[in-house]
Amino acid sequence: MRRMRQWGPGLLLLSPSLILLAVFVYGLIAWTAKVSLSDEHNARGSKGFVGLQNYVDLFTKDINDRFLHSLKNLLIFTVVFLVGTMLLGLLWAFLLERGVKGEGFFRTVYLFPMAVSFVASGVVWRWLMNPADGGLNAVFDGFGLGFLQNTWWTNPDWGMAAMALPAVWQLSGYVMALFLAGFRGIPQELREAAAMDGASTYRLYRNVIFPQLTPVALSALIIVGHMSMKMFDLIMSVSGAQWLTEVPAVYVWQALLTSDYSKAAAISIILLLLVAVVIVPYLIYTNRAEKNR
Amino acid sequence: MTTVASAPPTGLEKRSTPPPSKRRGIVGPIIKYALAIFFLIVVLMPAYVLVVTSFKAGNEIGVTGQWNLPSQWTVSSWGKAWDALQPAFLRTFQLAIPVALISSLVGAANGFVLSRWRFPGADVVFTLILFGMFIPYQAVMIPLREIVTSINIQPGIPTLILVHCIYGIPICTLIFRNYYATTVPEDLIEASRMDGAGLLRTFGWIILPISIPGFVVTIIWQFTSAWNDYLFAIFLSNTRNGPITIALNALAGAQSPDYAASMAGALITSLPTLVVYILLGRWFIGGLMAGSVKS
Amino acid sequence: MRFTRRAAVAAVGIAALLTAGACGSGDEGGDGSGSTKVEVFTWWADGGEKAGLDGLVSAFGTACAGQTFENGAVAGGAGANAKSVLASRLQQNDPPDTFQAHAGAELLDYIDAGQVEDISADYDSWGLKQAFPQGLIDNLTVDGKIYSVPANIHRANVVWSNKKVTAAAGITTDPKDLTEFFAALDKLKTKGVTPLAIGKDWTQLMLFESVLITDLGPEKFTGLWNGTTPWTDPGVAKGIADFKRLLTYTNKDRDALDWTDAEKLVMDGKAGYQLMGDWEAADLDAKGFKDYGFFTFPGNGTTFQWLADSFVLPKGAKNAEGTKCWLKTVGSAEGQKAFNTKKGSIPARTDAAPADYPKYQQAAMADWKSAKQVPSCAHGAGCSQGWQGAANSALGAYSTKQDDAALTKALVAAAEQFGKKK
Repeated sequence: MRRMRQWGPGLLLLSPSLILLAVFVYGLIAWTAKVSLSDEHNARGSKGFVGLQNYVDLFTKDINDRFLHSLKNLLIFTVVFLVGTMLLGLLWAFLLERGVKGEGFFRTVYLFPMAVSFVASGVVWRWLMNPADGGLNAVFDGFGLGFLQNTWWTNPDWGMAAMALPAVWQLSGYVMALFLAGFRGIPQELREAAAMDGASTYRLYRNVIFPQLTPVALSALIIVGHMSMKMFDLIMSVSGAQWLTEVPAVYVWQALLTSDYSKAAAISIILLLLVAVVIVPYLIYTNRAEKNR
Repeated sequence: MTTVASAPPTGLEKRSTPPPSKRRGIVGPIIKYALAIFFLIVVLMPAYVLVVTSFKAGNEIGVTGQWNLPSQWTVSSWGKAWDALQPAFLRTFQLAIPVALISSLVGAANGFVLSRWRFPGADVVFTLILFGMFIPYQAVMIPLREIVTSINIQPGIPTLILVHCIYGIPICTLIFRNYYATTVPEDLIEASRMDGAGLLRTFGWIILPISIPGFVVTIIWQFTSAWNDYLFAIFLSNTRNGPITIALNALAGAQSPDYAASMAGALITSLPTLVVYILLGRWFIGGLMAGSVKS
Repeated sequence: MRFTRRAAVAAVGIAALLTAGACGSGDEGGDGSGSTKVEVFTWWADGGEKAGLDGLVSAFGTACAGQTFENGAVAGGAGANAKSVLASRLQQNDPPDTFQAHAGAELLDYIDAGQVEDISADYDSWGLKQAFPQGLIDNLTVDGKIYSVPANIHRANVVWSNKKVTAAAGITTDPKDLTEFFAALDKLKTKGVTPLAIGKDWTQLMLFESVLITDLGPEKFTGLWNGTTPWTDPGVAKGIADFKRLLTYTNKDRDALDWTDAEKLVMDGKAGYQLMGDWEAADLDAKGFKDYGFFTFPGNGTTFQWLADSFVLPKGAKNAEGTKCWLKTVGSAEGQKAFNTKKGSIPARTDAAPADYPKYQQAAMADWKSAKQVPSCAHGAGCSQGWQGAANSALGAYSTKQDDAALTKALVAAAEQFGKKK
């Protein structure tokens, strides 16, 4: 009873948020899941429960394997996005960590794309990635790098890799910031001890500093990875919704436009599961890690 | 795991003494600066195109010569873009400011309870709350649209305020929880409890006054994400009553789009968040860090 | 407790204040019953389309004194952007007073969803049943009811050319069939220009449909959409083969272009031909480009592939009276003349005087009366929005992979899924 009095008010203060989230996150997910199990394929409404049929159809009967195609697009996009941001982010953080005059300025510039919306940057990237002879193709031409000219996101096989470039541009600075904070969080004594042992700079980084960055790298991977799976704004503003660059998040929108609620719901739930597979273990892991602190 | 999150908003600014470097060659620094400057140019390149094109006159815009400076600087495209975006621009302030304030207040209360006035199972509850910030919002969009239609809330900005406040709870709670966990000593709360102060008095008189840095971070974060949001906007509003991302998309996606006006529009759209970033950069980054890594 | 209540009251107060502010300025549309504004939702924002709309607005101003027109145009992608905006507004119960929709199968989606009102009674009182050709009336009637007023008729199967470019390539006569067309395209190719300009998904669907009309003939083509011709017909296979060959003559950045970008290639002399609906005539005129030629897609003969823009009365329109006056204007002889002389389409009414119209439309009006009529799927006359979406996506896939079997399979599946359901 006494304990109750102690933590009761806290729970009470938290309860409005808990109720809202219970309804608007978990409740609505359940609702969407229910729609995904029905046959609400047009504006006339649902005729009944069809079990997992919509999911099976997405994988087996979707016209032109449209859903599988969108998953393939998402995979290519995600790989390029992840590898690009991690490499650039680490490299930039490393450069700044090694000490550069005007570090603050470099950092500010590297990070600024993060403040801009994908819708706004999409305007300029659509122009830069003009598949004909403008934009970046013109730059390559001007520098005698004509062989680098390409059709960007209109390439049928690797177009999604080009589509990931604006995303890499936008998020690399963010990953840099994470790594930089990681570098700064490494105790000075560790470095000094290594220096005392006569370790070379290479060995210092290889054996002491980089291992310390593993948790940061993991966080960065998770954050960028889950953003990638939800990617919608960028693709809508660079290419618009079309087959070539369709990912599940865009497919949901397209399905809703033709009032195919059940299909849209099924894709959404698959998308949610994809994200959850990554996020849930991570949340549990961090929760445990904290307890062991 | 706690390294980044527990770093206060200034975590990046703190410069440890330069790492020991034994051989001070000349090649190393040259490569270092060359790389740093090369990437500087790459990152700024899209911004250059935006600015340059936005000041060009209509007849000068074509695929060739798009990298050149305008032969004649003109602001006519800015005028055109402003005319197209101005109503949405003002509406977006009406959206982003309330969202930033309300979410922050809610986040502060939640964060306090979850860090310093804990109850059994607080960690599980916290994890359940956090999950809400990672979900793809498509997974709630279909029923959400039905709900906001049926509860008779005005379509457009009021609806978006509600939605952003709700889905902003997890991130704001997270930021404040980490903030309080690192800046408010347990003893302070204990002392307050000893004095017989209840939860609300402790929160109101002891915690809130030292919460300003946390508020700055959440306000900036929520302002920016409400400002830049496109997904909720496209589902729950339209060009007549929606925020600026919708208006910009309409301007730039038109049939024969006017590139100069589109670019000017993109700059106008980005201006408020860029100003926030440049003036309050360290707090902005603080939000990014807290928003990404959970302790 | 005192603090939370105060905080809560304060928070709610702030929220209410700001919300009120937001509403105050966001609500210019007005929602009282006394509204005299008619918000007309279209995707006509530029060029000839805008000019046509302006013409209609001035006719509306004369006929409906006391009502004011409010432009709700959303530009982009042959209406794709507008349709997405419209869908969300209808879902949010925030309909415009009237909106543009393609007459025919596309309208079925709105009718099924109960989003538009039956206006058959007004058809009688406005005398529209006599003014429109019977065939069109039949096409508009669903279960004995009519839901929209067509403003115009467009023709989809027209090829546009840059006369200077074709002349320079030594092309003297317009190709009459696909063999001649390919020969002409080859000549252009050797000149180093793009023989055939094209844009993304739906513009490719238009080209494909034109090829199918040639390879199947008009009856069997119409049958594709009403279920009497199977998509496994050998004519479809031939169509795919011809379409594939045509794609080899097109610009490689096609998936990045809208129809106006492709049009610009023709205007700039970088391309010889483009297949597009006859709104291109008005658009070229509006842009001041004179050196263009046009002919029905080779092998289509006199077949007229039609589509019609129409206006509806949405359920829950704020100013139903004003909307009806708008619809009446749209159907009237004056309205159709004011609109169509500018937009480059032909009037749906049969009592229009050809002399009032420019050269291209006179030819089209004569064809409309005599030619075989087939519907367009890319523009919603032949198929529902779902079918359209599936077809666009299938063509989008074909544009990159050029897999004949996959295209056939996709089209068959689309017909199965969207075709017969009633």
